[in-house]
Amino acid sequence: MFYREAGQFKTSYIADGQIFPIRQDRIAFALLLFVAFIVVPVIGSEYWFSAILIPSLVLALAALGLNLLTGYAGQLSLGSAAFMAVGAYAAYNFQLRIEGIPILLSFVLAGLCSAAVGVLFGLPSLRIKGFYLAVATLAAQFFVVWVLTKFAWFSNDSSSGVISAQKVVIFGYVFNTPVKNYLLVLSIVSLMALLAKNIVRSSTGRAWMAVRDMDVAAEVIGIPLMTTKLLAFAVSSFYCGVAGALYAFCYLGSVEPDGFSLDLSLRILFMIIIGGVGSIMGAFLGSAFILLLPILLDHWLPPLAALLHLPMRSESISHIQSMLFGGLIIFFLIAEPHGLARLWQIGKEKLRLWPFPH
Amino acid sequence: MKPLQRLLLCCVAALAGLAALPAQADDQFIALADYRVGPYGANGQAFYGGFIDYLSYVDLKEGGVNGVKLTWEECETEYNNAKGVECYERLKTKDPVTKGTAYNVMATGVAYALIDKSAEDKVPLMMVGYGRTDAVDGSVFPWAFPLVTTYQMQVSAIVKYLSSKNGGSLAGKKIVYLYHDSAYGKEPIVALEAESAIGKFKLVEIPVAHPGNEQGAQWLRIRQENPDYVIFWGWGVMNQTALKAAQKVGFPRDHMVGSWWAGSEEDTVPAGEAAKGYMSATWNVAGTGVPLIADIEKVVYGAGKGNMQDKAKVGTVLYNRGVSVAVAMVEAIRTAQGKYGKGKVVSGEQMRWALENLNITNARLGQLGATGLLPEIKTSCANHEGSGMVKIQQWDGTKWNIITPDWIEGNKALIHPLFMANAAKYAKEKGITPACMK
Repeated sequence: MFYREAGQFKTSYIADGQIFPIRQDRIAFALLLFVAFIVVPVIGSEYWFSAILIPSLVLALAALGLNLLTGYAGQLSLGSAAFMAVGAYAAYNFQLRIEGIPILLSFVLAGLCSAAVGVLFGLPSLRIKGFYLAVATLAAQFFVVWVLTKFAWFSNDSSSGVISAQKVVIFGYVFNTPVKNYLLVLSIVSLMALLAKNIVRSSTGRAWMAVRDMDVAAEVIGIPLMTTKLLAFAVSSFYCGVAGALYAFCYLGSVEPDGFSLDLSLRILFMIIIGGVGSIMGAFLGSAFILLLPILLDHWLPPLAALLHLPMRSESISHIQSMLFGGLIIFFLIAEPHGLARLWQIGKEKLRLWPFPH
Repeated sequence: MKPLQRLLLCCVAALAGLAALPAQADDQFIALADYRVGPYGANGQAFYGGFIDYLSYVDLKEGGVNGVKLTWEECETEYNNAKGVECYERLKTKDPVTKGTAYNVMATGVAYALIDKSAEDKVPLMMVGYGRTDAVDGSVFPWAFPLVTTYQMQVSAIVKYLSSKNGGSLAGKKIVYLYHDSAYGKEPIVALEAESAIGKFKLVEIPVAHPGNEQGAQWLRIRQENPDYVIFWGWGVMNQTALKAAQKVGFPRDHMVGSWWAGSEEDTVPAGEAAKGYMSATWNVAGTGVPLIADIEKVVYGAGKGNMQDKAKVGTVLYNRGVSVAVAMVEAIRTAQGKYGKGKVVSGEQMRWALENLNITNARLGQLGATGLLPEIKTSCANHEGSGMVKIQQWDGTKWNIITPDWIEGNKALIHPLFMANAAKYAKEKGITPACMK
């Protein structure tokens, strides 16, 4: 009913290799993009842009970066926030110290700086795996925050270590309202998600997956472990770095090293666990879920409690949130390790067969 | 399939529920992006409890400000920057006129993130005793108010106090500055270095990494340095740890002076005996001896409208601080009504004018029953701080006692130029032309 695929034939290699092989999916995705780029900016409120859409897109980009590394290449990392911090501070310093540098170029350079740091902290991955690697990336988390706090040069000698992002101007056009920032973030994130989708479909992505599934076997069939793993760290950190720059420039406007704490790294990790490890869409689902759930609880719980005549203080909501998150993470790890993206996939398979399951 | 559909329907319904409801139009709506959980939750409970109690008190006692009822709504930030921004964005749409009146988030990181946003939305940001200190320069930061005291002025006042204890000079003495290695702990360093250059005392800076529950190495170093005084910029769990560690190495507690974040019952009670004799700066006095606090207890708690779950905390340092900030805010609302029309709701712009032209005299504090609770405040465009005065209090094992009867003012001539220089640098970085707003 929803998916009537009769008559859709693939007659060329190009048709066979496209991202959305089913016509209905292509239409749905085009509609989604239309809504995101045209409809949402028209109907969305300022609150939606600055409190929900921008942060969820930016964090989705960071989660995407982590997903490339953890979900595709199988290297567990706890340093995503640190790589975001590198990106944020690098973009700030490029803008500050190089007169007239285009902002997009400084975002790219910030991503490259972050990639370099990522490669550095990815080196231990050549020797150690699993939990031990997670601990090694934890070192990145603490080291980067320490460096940014310790050396005042990075924050232009600000007495507090806090940096305040410069104005975002592209070709003389100033991005100063939430809706403009949203469109900028959306464009960058869409492009980078498209790029990521193609990377994981290419030989690079296949090499990552081979390494993830069994690195000895991968080496035997001729995949160079060193370059593959380090490339995964570089690409992942690049994504996190750009996300960090967007976090500073388009979302908060001012950041401090302590803001990029282990807490944020773990949140990004939860996003891919809940959203779906090893899936591009999972990063988006996960970030939307982690960001929206607390906000929904904030809106729902007080009226619900009033209805049931229960006492409700603003702090209770935070406690309930922590409990729910803990429960959900355990639930997903047990019931559906591939997260929301996998649920979506199952749903879609069912929809393709419905109403005639066989 | 069915459950999936239902799930989708729920999501759609949930998103529809996010549309904000406006507050009552003829009340003065005050947005409270506060925190009662998280690492500093205990501090937030006492502080915001006091704040809300004073608002209730004004409503109960006088029926609001010149008849305009005060209403408020809380939003939990958990001391987290991203959640703080979300709260701010949500609360500012609740009332299109007041936009939340003025924001006091009690978290430096959140305050920094709101500086640009609040200026764009035309609603003032109150950073009472914390936050971006160079916002003292109102020509660069018209919408941000680091009221009453900044870290730099406070450390300068502490140095002044110590030198007055030593016959007016600290020359040849040695002072250790032990601090939380973060924005908060690093800000006073510039001021201390300037003080040490003119006061000719030796300064040793020792950082403590967050959260500071391990300070063995630092206190060993302090024992080796054997300083005359320790100035202490601690936070949260770091405070009690430092007091216990000082006891262990035998450093006299009555030679330790903390900042106002390191001087509440939450810091000294867990340290037990080790805290006895410890001193700290404060810009408000503790205790229920102040007539206003006693009256709040009678009026608000008598009516069963008190906000504190633990009523024993009424009159603690942080509770009284919350009341003091609320007094400053309500007086600003009164000032704004005085100019723009009594009995009218005050908008964000009008509130900004009032905060820049605030004049809370001792006579006025006397009328409120708050004599000595907080210092006089007189702001202007060139001075958004408005006071810069603190007192020194000492813990006697059960309560905080004020040991300097008069307010001590930091060395304004030395410190304020530092702010101006910083603000000018910020203006250049951001491309702002400094100008006072009318």
